[in-house]
Amino acid sequence: MTRDTERPQADAVACTGLVHAFGETRAVDGLDLTVRQGEVFGLLGPNGAGKTTAIRCLTTLLPVPAGTVRVFGHDAAGDRMAVRRLLGYVPQQLSADAGLTGRENVALFARVFDVPRRERAERVAQALAAVDLAEAADRLAATYSGGMVRRLELAQALVSAPRLLILDEPTIGLDPIARTGVWDHIEAVRAATGMTVLVTTHYMDEADQYCDRVALMHRGRIRALGTPAELREGLGARRRAAGAAMDTLPTLEDVFRDVAGSGLDDEAGDFRDVRSTRRTARRVG
Amino acid sequence: MQPALWLLIFGQTFTRIRAIPTGGIPYVDYLAPGIIAQSAMFIAIFYGIQIIWERDAGILNKLLVTPTPRSALITGKAFAAGVKSLVQAVVVLLIAALLGVALTWNPIELLAVAAIVVLGSAFFSCLSMTIAGIVLSRDRLMGFGQAITMPLFFGSNALYPVSVMPGWLQAVSKANPLSYEVDALRGLLLGTPHHLASDFAVLLVAAALGVTAASALLGRLAR
Repeated sequence: MTRDTERPQADAVACTGLVHAFGETRAVDGLDLTVRQGEVFGLLGPNGAGKTTAIRCLTTLLPVPAGTVRVFGHDAAGDRMAVRRLLGYVPQQLSADAGLTGRENVALFARVFDVPRRERAERVAQALAAVDLAEAADRLAATYSGGMVRRLELAQALVSAPRLLILDEPTIGLDPIARTGVWDHIEAVRAATGMTVLVTTHYMDEADQYCDRVALMHRGRIRALGTPAELREGLGARRRAAGAAMDTLPTLEDVFRDVAGSGLDDEAGDFRDVRSTRRTARRVG
Repeated sequence: MQPALWLLIFGQTFTRIRAIPTGGIPYVDYLAPGIIAQSAMFIAIFYGIQIIWERDAGILNKLLVTPTPRSALITGKAFAAGVKSLVQAVVVLLIAALLGVALTWNPIELLAVAAIVVLGSAFFSCLSMTIAGIVLSRDRLMGFGQAITMPLFFGSNALYPVSVMPGWLQAVSKANPLSYEVDALRGLLLGTPHHLASDFAVLLVAAALGVTAASALLGRLAR
C-alpha cells in the first residue's frame, strides 16, 4: 500500500539542513544529502563525524529536530511507519541472536516485517541462500564465524525485500576475506533487486571499490561528494595546479586527509563511540 | 531458593507463634500464595535489564526500525516474563504442597492461578521496562529494582492481612498491584474470601497501563 503512494522519481534519501545535537555537541550540523535510487552510496568519515547519528535520524530512531529527511518521498519525522516499511537496517554491533539458528533469526524478522505466513518459509530460505548460508541455516548462530554472522544479519535485513538497505560499518572487525564475502553478497543482491544501498565505513579501499558515489563527512557536514574517481581526480588536479610533484595519483585516503585536515586526531570520536566499536571488533575477532 | 526459605523458616515459625490473624488457617498456608506472587515479582522486576542488554547488542535498534508497533514488542516481552514467572510459581507451589499446605487441585482454579501470575508478572516487567526507559543503564535499573522490591513486598498483603496494618500502610497496599495478585491467588488456592473479579480487573488495567508507559519510553533506549 505504501508503494502506491510513492512518487516515482523521489530520491531514495533526501536530507536537507538536518541538525541533531546531543546537549552542546552538534553531531549532525546542517547535513544535505541525496541518495539516488539504485546506487550504492558510501558515507565516510572519521569517528565522531556524525555518520551514525545521521543514519539514526534516517531510520526513525532519532527525531529530526531541524531540517527534513525524506526516504522515497516519505517524511522520516512525520510518516515513520511508511519509512520503516521500506528499510532494511544492519547496525554496527553484531546483533544476531546466538541462541537461535540462522533460519530462526531470519524467520523472526520475516514475522516482525509482516511477511505473509504463506510466503514466509520460502522468503526466509531465499534470503539465506542469497547470502550463502543455506547449508548452515539450521545451526545455532553461536557457531558462526564473524563473517557468517554479518551475512546472517544481511539476510535478516533482506527478508522483508527493502527498497533501501542501510549498513552501519558492515565490515568492521572482519578479516579481508570475510570483508570481500560480505561485499560480494551486497553487490549480488543489489544487482538482482535494484535496491538502494547506503553504507558507512572507515575503509577507504572498500568505498573506492564498491561504492557508486561517496560523501566525506566531517564535523556533522558533507565536505566532499562524488564518485570515487571524481574525488581522486579532483584532488590530483588541485595538487597539480598548486605545483606539487606528482609521482603517484592520490588515493581516496588522500582525499579523506585533505578534507578532514589536521582536526582528525583530537576529534576522534567520543568514548562511547570508541567503546562500542571496540566491542564489536572483539566479538567479531 | 529464597521462596523455599520464606516458606520453610518464616512460614513454619510463624505458624507456631500464631501471631498473625489468618482467618483460621495455618500461617504457612496463608503465606504460600504471598510467596508465589513475591517470587514471580522478583523475576519480573529485573526484566528490563534484558531490554537494556538488547539495546547494547543492537537488537533493539533493529527491532525498532521494523514496522512492528512498540506496544507489540513490549507486550511480547511482558508475556515472556509472565511465562518465566510461571515456572517459578510451579516450583513454589510444589514446595508448598510438600510442606502440607492444603491447596486446591481443581484444574480450572489452577488455570486461573496461572492467568493471575502471568498478568501480575506482565505488570511488574512493564514497570521494570518503564524504569529502563527512564534510567537507560543496567546499574541504575538494578539499583531501582532492589530499592522497590522490598517496599512492594512489605507494603502488600503477602505476609499479613491488610486489617492489621497501620492506616498509611493500608493505603500503600491498596495502591499496590501485588496485593490484588495475592488476594486472588489466596482465594483461588485456599478458598479464602476474595474479590476475584475486581482483582482480575485491577491487574488487567495495571498491565495495560504498564504496556502503554513502557512502549512510550522504549524509543528513548535507542537514542
